[in-house]
Amino acid sequence: MTAATPQVGFDEFEEQTWQKRLAYVGRLLQRDRGGMLGFILFILIVLTAIFAPVIAPHDPLKQNLRAAKQPPAWQEGGSWEQPLGTDTLGRDMLSRIIFGTRVSLTVGFFGVLIAGTLGMVSGLVAGYVGGRVDGAIMGVVNIFLAIPYLVFVVVVAAILGRNLLNVILIFGITDSPIFARVTRGEVLRIRESGYVESAVSAGASTGRILFDHILPNLIGPLITLATFEMSAMIFYEAGLSFLGLSVPPSVPSWGNMLQVGRQYLTIYPWIATWPGVAIAITALTFNLLGDWLRDVLDPRLRRSRK
Amino acid sequence: MQRYLLTRVVQSLFLLLGVLIVVFFLVRLTGDPTSLMVAKEAPAEQREAFREAMGFNRPLIVQFLDFGAGILRGDFGDSLHFRQPALELILERLPATFYLATVALLLAIVIAITIGIIGGSNPGSAIDSLGRALGLFGQTIPNFWLALILILIFAVNLGWFPSFGRDTSISVVLPAVALGFGSMGQLVRLTRSAVLEIRNEDYIRTARSKGISQFKIGARHVFRNASLALVSVISIQYSYLLGGSIYIETIFSWPGLGNLLQQAVDGRDFPLVQAIAFFISFFVIALTLLTDVAYALIDPRIRYSS
Repeated sequence: MTAATPQVGFDEFEEQTWQKRLAYVGRLLQRDRGGMLGFILFILIVLTAIFAPVIAPHDPLKQNLRAAKQPPAWQEGGSWEQPLGTDTLGRDMLSRIIFGTRVSLTVGFFGVLIAGTLGMVSGLVAGYVGGRVDGAIMGVVNIFLAIPYLVFVVVVAAILGRNLLNVILIFGITDSPIFARVTRGEVLRIRESGYVESAVSAGASTGRILFDHILPNLIGPLITLATFEMSAMIFYEAGLSFLGLSVPPSVPSWGNMLQVGRQYLTIYPWIATWPGVAIAITALTFNLLGDWLRDVLDPRLRRSRK
Repeated sequence: MQRYLLTRVVQSLFLLLGVLIVVFFLVRLTGDPTSLMVAKEAPAEQREAFREAMGFNRPLIVQFLDFGAGILRGDFGDSLHFRQPALELILERLPATFYLATVALLLAIVIAITIGIIGGSNPGSAIDSLGRALGLFGQTIPNFWLALILILIFAVNLGWFPSFGRDTSISVVLPAVALGFGSMGQLVRLTRSAVLEIRNEDYIRTARSKGISQFKIGARHVFRNASLALVSVISIQYSYLLGGSIYIETIFSWPGLGNLLQQAVDGRDFPLVQAIAFFISFFVIALTLLTDVAYALIDPRIRYSS
């Protein structure tokens, strides 16, 4: 965590072609071991989700009662046919973990996309227009933030019923207040800055100020926030599944697997172990990536001073 | 100071009203709440009777005013499942949740601050590495999975602690560790970075040059200055623990509010769900208000600037 943030000289910003930018990002990655690890894991996880049918050794839904409850390969009674063992219905754990990546990443990605868009627009309006509009928007935001997030999500999920689209919508909407608050704060800070003031006095239009001066400065903090929120959503999705409130039980998701594993915890402990490991690795990935992005995108917030 | 106090109290009341509105409309998100609470197979007359009994056939505004007036009188409606006032059920379960959250928080604070201060004062030492590992794992290991692993190791294999219920005085240990682990990670990170920042201040060097012992410097100078930053975070963590105990209470069959909420959601007992959601939000809002007031008392800069 103490890896030094690379010192950025002004010369590195000259003539930015995309090759130069890419090379620059590469250099930044090389200097941060945590960031590098997060980046590599992130690519691997995304590839796993995309190519799940190719990578998975078995059909994640195929039941085989004769091979049920097999421990991992290195334990007595296990076989390399099912390296991580099988669940109570004889479905291959490894294949189910691989397919579970899809559910988690889908919820995380689209959830953050919706939350980020909603939050950014409302935060931008609140921060830029100010006055009563600001008061009204932030009033609603504060109400939603006053309800403990987990309670909120559980209640809404119970009301709407369990399917993937509902889960994405729930996270997209309930998580947007955080994006709104951060966006508004940034907009207020940017508006105070000298360059926006001088643009206004030079007669720049509202659109120009928004798109040329404010939006580019918002991207950094929002991408960092999105990374951490994606990690949080993957957590909450698994938790909802665990309570039986997320995707239907037939879908191989990490939370659903944990829920089954919990019932057989003392007899077949591996059923609950692997999905937890998968969630922890994914969360670690997004956290490392988020820490690195924060350093790179916002040099004011060096990690050592956080 | 009085002015600040008054503003904050009025703000909190508005927040509470907002939460009331949200909780009221959530149940009506899908239209008629009757379809949420009565089985689909129920005959039409039974549904109609239920609608009549619950007053769902009245105009929305009348229903809302009735709901709000009831809450002012302390009437949160009756649980459909338990057939008794929701408030009674909540008050019965409340102490267990407070107890669990408090133990979890104290555990997290004591361990995190000790490791954070010792580790932060000796960067690179073994304790510092431990602190950094705790900080990272606290954010990446889901608490519901940690709970299962703790049960497996300490209840099933070693038999040191009971795996569920609240029958003995040590029953609280495993749930408190699982619940507080995330907060511990966050607090270690925060304490460590606060200490790293403070240890380079002039007054620490002065104290050291006067020959004051390391322990005294830690206790008197470092801890006191770091504590200001910690107070608000601890309050946030406490409300997070109060609202976030659904998984842990469910897994450990802990007789608290989170467990009750899970049962209510499971049994589609929405009057009870509404009451619990409102009650937990009420505590979080009250806690935030108390923290702000305490903060203003400790730090004069806050009460004068607003």
